This record gives sequence, C-alpha cells and structure tokens, in this order.
Amino acid sequence: MGHGPAVKLGKDEAAAYKTKLGVKMFIGYTIVYFTFIIINATNPKAMEATIMGQTAAVLWGFGLISLALIQAVIYNHLCTKAESDMNS
Amino acid sequence: MIYAQSPLAIGLFITFVAFVLGLSFYLGRRTSSASGYYAAGGNVHWFTNGIAFAGDYLSAASFLGICGMIATSGFDGWMYSIGYLAGWVVALFLVAEPMKRLGKYTFTDALDSKFNSKSIQLTAAISTLLVSVFYLIPQMVGAGVLVQPLLGLPHWVGVCIVGVVVTIIVATAGMASTTYVQFFKGSLLLIMSTVLVILVLSRGLSTTPENNGVAYHDFKPLTATAALEISDPGYTVVAGLDSAFGQANFVKLAKDGKESIWKLSQTEAGYNLEQTLYVTTKADGTKLYNGAAKDSGEFFPVGHVKELRMDGKEVITTGAVGPFAYLSAIKDSTIVLWGKTYIVEGQEKTEVFFQKPTPGSRILRPGLKFKVDNATPTETFNFVSLMLALFCGTAALPHILIRYYTVPSQAAARKSTIVAIAAIGFFYILTLFMGVGAMTNGVINLTDNNMSAPLLALSFGVVLFSIISSLAFATVLGTVSGLIVAASGAVAHDLMDNYFNMKMSDHGKVRAGKISAVVVGVIAIYLGIMFEGMNVSFLVGWAFAVAASANLPAILMLLFWSKTTARGISASIIVGIVSSLGLILISPDMWALYGLLPADAPISFNSPAAISIPLSIIALVVISLLTQKDINRGHDVETA
Repeated sequence: MGHGPAVKLGKDEAAAYKTKLGVKMFIGYTIVYFTFIIINATNPKAMEATIMGQTAAVLWGFGLISLALIQAVIYNHLCTKAESDMNS
Repeated sequence: MIYAQSPLAIGLFITFVAFVLGLSFYLGRRTSSASGYYAAGGNVHWFTNGIAFAGDYLSAASFLGICGMIATSGFDGWMYSIGYLAGWVVALFLVAEPMKRLGKYTFTDALDSKFNSKSIQLTAAISTLLVSVFYLIPQMVGAGVLVQPLLGLPHWVGVCIVGVVVTIIVATAGMASTTYVQFFKGSLLLIMSTVLVILVLSRGLSTTPENNGVAYHDFKPLTATAALEISDPGYTVVAGLDSAFGQANFVKLAKDGKESIWKLSQTEAGYNLEQTLYVTTKADGTKLYNGAAKDSGEFFPVGHVKELRMDGKEVITTGAVGPFAYLSAIKDSTIVLWGKTYIVEGQEKTEVFFQKPTPGSRILRPGLKFKVDNATPTETFNFVSLMLALFCGTAALPHILIRYYTVPSQAAARKSTIVAIAAIGFFYILTLFMGVGAMTNGVINLTDNNMSAPLLALSFGVVLFSIISSLAFATVLGTVSGLIVAASGAVAHDLMDNYFNMKMSDHGKVRAGKISAVVVGVIAIYLGIMFEGMNVSFLVGWAFAVAASANLPAILMLLFWSKTTARGISASIIVGIVSSLGLILISPDMWALYGLLPADAPISFNSPAAISIPLSIIALVVISLLTQKDINRGHDVETA
C-alpha cells in the first residue's frame, strides 16, 4: 500500500476549526459568484449600467477576483492564528 | 502573411528549451526515490509551489485562448477568466489541506485513504488518465498551431518537439523538474504580460492604430444606387444582387484586377458598402485570402475603434491612460468587431468576415458569445452549466491536485494556494487588457484569434513578439509536463503499484513512473497529430466537465459526509465520467463536428455539468446508503 502523506505530518488540532471556517468562506464566495452568474443569465442588460465610470459587469469581475484574494488572505490569517493557538 | 519567422524568436525558443532540459538533467541526478519523483521530495517552498501552480494552470487555453476570445467577443471571453479563478476558491477552502493530509503521490491516494479499495484505485486512476489525456490533446494541438508562425515548421513537428522535450523533462526528474520549470515559466509569464499591458496603456487608444510602424488599413466606405452603380467608378460589379453574394447582402466588386467583397446596407438612396475580408476555398481545396495567396499580405490584421470618446468628447487618440480610464474610454466608444458568414457559389465556399460596429458598453458586458439576451431556458441553462463546470472543475484536475504533495505541510499547501490565487487572479486581470488591446490595435488575425496576444506584442516590435511567443510555447511545455506527471502517476503508482499490487522497490517505482511518462508522451504526440485542426476548446471543456463531474463530488463527499463508502465513491466516478462524456457526445456542438445539423442533436445544450454533477452526487449517496454494511464490516469488504 502506498497511502499516507509523502512527508510526515504532525497532528493538527486546528483541523476542525479550519474546515468549518473554509466551508463558511466557500459558501460566502459561492453566493456572490452565482448571484453574478444569475444576473448575467436573466438580466444581462443590467450589467451594462455605468457605475464609477465602468460597466457593472467589469466591476463585478474585478470584485470577484479581488474578493477571492481578500477572503484567501483573511482565511490564511485566521488559520495561522488557530494553528498557533491550538497546536502550541 | 500576418507573421513571419523571427531569428530572435527561434533563438529564444532554443535557449529556453536548452535551459529547461539542463535543469531537468541537473535535478534528475538528485531524484532517485519515489517521493522525489512523484512529489519532488515534498519539500518545495510554498511560494515556489504557488507560482508553479500558476505555471501549471495558465495553459495555452488561458494565455492564447482567453485573450483571443476577449479580442473577438469582449467580456464573454473574460467570463472564462472569472470562472477559472473562482475554481481556486473551491480548491483553497475545501480541498487544499485535506488533499495534503490524506494523499501521498496522486489524487487516487487521497480518495482511497480511508478505504484501501480496489474499485476506487481503478476508477480514480481511469478518471485521472481520461482528464489528463483530454487536457493533453488541446495543449499538443496548441503547440502545433504555435510552432507554425514561430519556427515555420509544420504542425506535426511542433507536436513532436513538445512531446519529446516534455517527456525528457518528466522522465529525468519527474515532479522536481516539472515544478521548477513551472515556477520559471509562471514567473516569466506574469512579468512579460505585465510589460505588455503597461505598453498597451502607454499607447492608449486611437482610431488609426499603428502596428509596429505600419499604418492601419484604411477602411473607405462606398455608396451605390439602387441599381448598384458604385460611387467610385473604378469598381465594376463581379457578383451582384442576384448572385449568392447578393442574396446574403454582399456584393463582389473588382478594381485594377483585384476582387473584393463588400457588405451592403440599404439606405433611402440605395446602398452603403463596407469592406470585408474573405477566405475562398476552391473546389480543389486551395485557399485564397482576400483573393490572393496566404503569404501575399492581402489578408491584413484588423481591430479598431470606430468612434473614440473620452471624458464625453470625441477624440482620435487618448494618449497614455491608466487602466480604469482605458476601460472607461472603451465603454464610451464604438468598436468594430467582426461577424462571419459563409457563402457557397458553385464549387467555391467563401468565408466572409464583415464589420460589426458595436458600442463599448455592449462589449464590456456578457452576451456577444453566450446567448443570454432574450435567451430560451435551454440557452440560459447552457450558460449557467458552463459557469458551474468552470467553478467546480479546477479543484478536481489531477495535475493541479498532485502539486499539494510537493510541499511539506498543510499550512504550506494553503499558502501556496493563496499565492496561486494572487498570481492567477492578477494574470486574469491582465488578460482583459491584453484582449481588449488586441481588439483595438489592429492585430487580430480573423482566421485564428488564438494568436491575438502574440500579435499584440508584435505591434510593439519583434523583440517583445519573440519573447511572448516563446513564453506561449513555454506555457504548453509547462502544462504538458504537469499532465504527464499526473498521468504517469496514475499508471505506475495507482494501477501498477496499488491496483495490480506489483511488488516494486523504491527504485523500481521511479523506473515505472519514467517508463509510464515515456508511453504517455508517445500517446500524447500521436493524439496531438491526429486531432490537428480540431477546435481545442471542445477538449478543454471535456476535461473540465469530466473532472467536475467525476472527481469533485467524490472528493467533497469523502471529506464532508461520514456515510460515504468506497463503492459510493466508485459509482460516483463512473456515473460522472459516463454522464458528462455521454452528454457531450450527443450535444449540438458535437453534432456539427460529425457533419450533422446541430438542431438534430438529441439534446439542445453543450455544457453537461449542471446535469452530470448532480447525477454523480446522487449515485454516491444512493450507493453509499445501500452499502453502509461495508463500513460496519471494515476494510476487508471494501477491498473485495
């Protein structure tokens, strides 16, 4: 059998916390992503509206890319803190 | 001819290939264990791995395909960027750390970590092979497409070059060489794409874009009376209103012995005529581009702003602008996009490209490629299903998942995913500017929009073109090497080692992996040559649909549903593969590929994910509930 990690991993007491946090963050992003998709699918003209000099579609696009990164940084910060607190 | 071979491009290409081969041989001397071969020893730094993720993920489809699609279809092309990036959210929040915790060398290891099940080992390995091969084919075909303008070599030579180089990269040092090649390529791609976008913004927008010192084609409109008397008396009518051209609202004219095709639009006084570009396929199969041979230069690149507006005023040039001012000017202006139609007359088929002036605000929102305006329920379903496949596919691609085994810890897996999100997100923002830049800088080759980004670089000089073209080739090299590692791992580790239980020493496992890499490389070369000319987006779509349907439900249910059984996982993988592939094979797009009428296809949508993913989940739930006794009996039953 060739299972188990390629390198030895210590026990991670923060795993459950990180899993719950990940699911919450995933649900949040998914709601925003599919809201964007549904608006595009049902009312694409709304995406042509000008907001701050750009079309709404461009702002949504930049927003979704930025949101992914912002959520990722927050997630990493909270996970690192939890690992530090729970695994010490 | 729109592009010609450049000695500089050839030199850069050879230098790059020599560098990656040298790196591979250097790392190969240090790679003797299975852990070193399949997982780069599990000691790659998270930042290196994050950029290597970007190198793996930003394939020819991302760099060439998305830029080309934005250049011709506007925001709809960028929807792919948004969907592809969103997929990384699934990878980070749900998959990254568990994959690192559960697996060893392959995606199958993680799925099978709780069960030791022969059925999982077999089905997951088959799924890995299928997805990897479907992803390999378009990369190899893309290599063939790219090598023609870059090196002046035929398609099959390009496929062979990539196949041989990549097989050497993988067979020498496996994941170790692949990782550092990806890191190198990913870094260069980000840097040079940034340079290209800065140059685009510095140039700004103009109604007469200059292309590397060559003035843009002057589209002079003509008028005609209702009896088709042309305003310029030098023109004579070759095919008028009663011809096949006339019935399609076109007219064929001749001046000074040169034929041209013009689009008619009716006015009160008669007609306005606008120039088109066209490709004529003769009865014997020869092609003429604007009535002349391909390399005559008659078939010129296109893409320009018709009416340029900035800050509410009509201008002829904007000068250097910032990124948001650039997009804002595009939004307020009118851009000439290009429509396409076919006219058949006797034994000749003519592909006509005609001007479609389009408001920028319409270009910078969805609807030019995807049918979302006044869409039928099926069209809406098709769009949502595609976006679902992009969202779910990334976190289930085997060549992406195996990269989690190259880092030393779960925290490193997480951090490398965040670096990947930053790098890939930044690159996808750049694709919008590169695509729109190509759209408005007179560089689009209407017969092959995949070359839009390299040709945009060419408009700034041959040096940048050479670098960008070599990088485009490197994207293919990098992605193919990752795919071959994943496929060889499925054969050598999942099937030979685990499923068939072949007793091998650590050294033997490495040798099996290398032999598998060579075999997969040969198969990839063969398929790349066989599929020449095929629309590569079909095959990328297949890979995402199969990965999203077969792999992701299995991964997520294993992690988040305690009643999941081995048989449930196997059933989910089988149902995901069969349903996604089956639906693709009977889709309208495939019907067209078979030479049949798309309307006659048994189903009316092309993207299967919204059906095949739920089917895969249902299969897993039902079979798991029916086989709960397996869990109670323990692992012995699972392995039966």
